[in-house]
Amino acid sequence: MAEDALDMTTLPNDRTLTYDGLNAKAGGRVLVIACGALAREILAVLRLNGLNHVDLQCLPAILHNHPDRIVPALRDAVEAAEGRYRRIFIGYGDCGTGGGLERAAAEMGVEMLPGAHCYAFFEGVEAFAARAEDEFTAFYLTDFLARQFDAFVWEPLGLDRHPELRDAYFGHYEKLVYQAQTDDPDLTEKAEEAAARLGLIFERRQTGYGDLERTLLRFAGDGQA
Amino acid sequence: MSDDQDDDIILSELEDEELVLQMHDDLYDGLKEEIEEGVNILLERGWEPYEVLTEALVGGMTIVGRDFRDGILFVPEVLLAANAMKAGMAILKPLLVETGAPRMGKMVIGTVKGDIHDIGKNLVSMMMEGAGFEVVDLGINNAVESYLEALKSEEADILGMSALLTTTMPYMKVVIDTMKAEGIRDDYIILVGGAPLNEEFGKAIGADAYCRDAAVAVETAKEFIARKHNQLAAG
Repeated sequence: MAEDALDMTTLPNDRTLTYDGLNAKAGGRVLVIACGALAREILAVLRLNGLNHVDLQCLPAILHNHPDRIVPALRDAVEAAEGRYRRIFIGYGDCGTGGGLERAAAEMGVEMLPGAHCYAFFEGVEAFAARAEDEFTAFYLTDFLARQFDAFVWEPLGLDRHPELRDAYFGHYEKLVYQAQTDDPDLTEKAEEAAARLGLIFERRQTGYGDLERTLLRFAGDGQA
Repeated sequence: MSDDQDDDIILSELEDEELVLQMHDDLYDGLKEEIEEGVNILLERGWEPYEVLTEALVGGMTIVGRDFRDGILFVPEVLLAANAMKAGMAILKPLLVETGAPRMGKMVIGTVKGDIHDIGKNLVSMMMEGAGFEVVDLGINNAVESYLEALKSEEADILGMSALLTTTMPYMKVVIDTMKAEGIRDDYIILVGGAPLNEEFGKAIGADAYCRDAAVAVETAKEFIARKHNQLAAG
């Protein structure tokens, strides 16, 4: 796992966050153990809110392509960190674990993010759920996924080698919703290009950090007490 | 299983046994045209369509399924193999109707309401057909009414429900609870599947079984149908 200071300027690149993760130590009293796909966003929230007492450790984001590996990896990480922090928070939603992560978090006595996936809590879990019934033909990208579209979508689905399989995967989807955490024209362009490659209508939705920020602030605030 | 030597192999020159093994390799490699050619050769040699289906196609797809389960093959390869098998089945289907094949039972299958994912469901449909089941595929985004209507009108034995999302899988319970309320739950074998499901969930919602992949679905369906026949015989 890459060691790093708690600083956006020295944040490892996406490739490292995807395959190695991050271990950002700042001698904090509380720890967030999160998905590598959320590293930038969590660090941004911590920095913007002056939450210097929070350390961040990220597991490789690519674990998402094998959800069965997420819970064991998190258990190991929590176990290894216990005793060194006053409180530990898990920066994952359900993330395809079928409730497994929620059960593990309850057993370990740690909190976690709400919602099924990052695209639920970025948009706001309640708002996302309210929209879900009408929007189940949407495929979502976040900032991280827009940058890492090839590594997380195109290549694992074999579309680089077999583009003819595209409709087997995406034939029932209608649009690609890019949930923008930041306002970055380059990322918007990348997301739009991804939509075109998948044959989907493109929609950009500015979400900011949504429930990720709200939940982190509550957790980090409690940790200061 | 890909091999450069494959380019030199002329399927029509292979003995039956070698040809079937070669077809297993070709299926594994997702070679649709080779599978079509192999099916036609075996038929020309007088093989029964059902024999071609079970020995060459289902046999080959079983290897693919096993290697998928063991993490040797991944979804793209399985999809390519399935496309090849589907092409072979397209040749065989009309012949199977003409010549007759063992009828195992009838299944109504569909992805639940709010869910558009159908890769797993399509694999189950194909493998169930390959095993001699008649399959009525309702497609994606099925409301409870759609399942119930099809079960009745098709006089099905089995209901198969699939979901990929943690947010949509609870809908399976809505379907089963409605069947209970209408007093028809025990008239059908209910099998459920999908990536976020597990055995515990299957039990909790009142399904007969959770099937983790297409091969397990086929085996489970066969077991339940055999049990049903035994019960009828005993009754």
